[in-house]
Amino acid sequence: MKWTRKHLLDIESLTADEITILLDTARAFKAVGQRAIKKVPALRGKTVVNLFVEPSTRTRISFELAEQRLSADIINFSTEASSFKKGETLKDTALNLQALNADFIVIRHSASGAPHFLSRVLDAHVINAGDGAHEHPTQALLDTFTVRERKGKIAGLNVTILGDILYSRVARSNIWALTKLGAKVTLCGPSTLVPKTFEQMGCRVTHDVEEAIRDADIINLLRIQHERQRKTMFPSIAEYAQLFGLNKARLAGTKPDALVMHPGPINRGVEIDSEIADCNRSLILEQVTNGLAVRMAVLFLLNGGKGPQGVAGT
Amino acid sequence: MPESTVILDATAIQRALTRIAHEIAERNEVGDDVVLVGIPIGGDHLAARLAKILAGIWNHAVPVGILDVNMHRDDLDQRAAPTIHPTVIPFDVTGKTVVLVDDVLFSGRTTRAAMDALNDFGRPKKIQLAVLIDRGHRELPIRADFVGKNAPTALDEKISLRLVEAGAAQDEALLLKP
Repeated sequence: MKWTRKHLLDIESLTADEITILLDTARAFKAVGQRAIKKVPALRGKTVVNLFVEPSTRTRISFELAEQRLSADIINFSTEASSFKKGETLKDTALNLQALNADFIVIRHSASGAPHFLSRVLDAHVINAGDGAHEHPTQALLDTFTVRERKGKIAGLNVTILGDILYSRVARSNIWALTKLGAKVTLCGPSTLVPKTFEQMGCRVTHDVEEAIRDADIINLLRIQHERQRKTMFPSIAEYAQLFGLNKARLAGTKPDALVMHPGPINRGVEIDSEIADCNRSLILEQVTNGLAVRMAVLFLLNGGKGPQGVAGT
Repeated sequence: MPESTVILDATAIQRALTRIAHEIAERNEVGDDVVLVGIPIGGDHLAARLAKILAGIWNHAVPVGILDVNMHRDDLDQRAAPTIHPTVIPFDVTGKTVVLVDDVLFSGRTTRAAMDALNDFGRPKKIQLAVLIDRGHRELPIRADFVGKNAPTALDEKISLRLVEAGAAQDEALLLKP
């Protein structure tokens, strides 16, 4: 089976086979990162615009480095230095970037659906680097890649996502990717941040943290997203840390081979204790390394697709 | 169902590889640092077989690597993204004589990509090219140093190499007419 999509907008619309192609391709690109010369000419002559309308450090840097390692030319466009402040619409900004012959637009936006919108008005390939509380597909792919690499498989694993699910695009994308590949997903956190409605996505919801992590093979911690909460959803950060933070005592109640993940940035002492973030069961820095490989794979695969939603060549 | 003709059977394939191995041994003096690098799919298995025969001729092990060339292709935006296979080169190629091994030599573009990819791993002293089948229709100024069989083909025909290492019941090379 070949990859035929033109855009990467979400995980929800991908098939398990498509996710597997992405992960397999990422494995080859991870090996490139271990060579003396870490650069390949696959995107030579292509222009990539990183349109980050919402602040981001690690995702933007990871995309930038992935683009450089594929030999693409790069334009960085961020809120601080953009004409959004002068009142230009997203569509006009994007059309202007396309008029510069941009081949790819990587967009991070606070509005859910912004990448889908751009994919309808542009000829360029669109990659969703996080849209509102909707999806963050490359984060889910790198998480899934990391799990598969360390556990050898996805199907049948128990994955617990712990923290701020309601506001988390990382959680949504991860739920889609993991359930499509056959993992059993449990969500846990304060009831205000983990509503029962998530059961409709095919996962289990619980508010008892000890029970949620007891049988987990993977514990994926999410940051409390202060910036997306209009009103306080739990009494205090200290109380959250006490009731839901992953500490030594809680980790002792898990399977000995359970591994800890976090998309970053981590809040030490809130959702994760320092000693756990730095212990040998933490995959946090591996996730960053794998993120680079996954983003190279995404760019490489999309570059092959042709025509609207991609028509496979020979 | 396309019409197919066997152009090499199992015996002919093994005989061709034995001859190629002797030609490699003749061209490169014993003690020269010769390493084999196969291009998947197909070339990697052929490289392993050649290494085995060469080890018998030279009485020492011959290193074998696998080089995927898809990241260096020149037609990446003109076709669906190719499947990338793992690259494994467990030795330094700098200063070595690298024999690239491919199953079928056609346009020459894979070979060009392979030479570019190889340069990312070091600077070989020499690069030589061994192919089981040369089917013609070159689009680049590239020729093979060692050829198992020259097979004249039409542009729209295909050659399919089936090897037991890849799960085939027996080794054979087929010419498929459209």
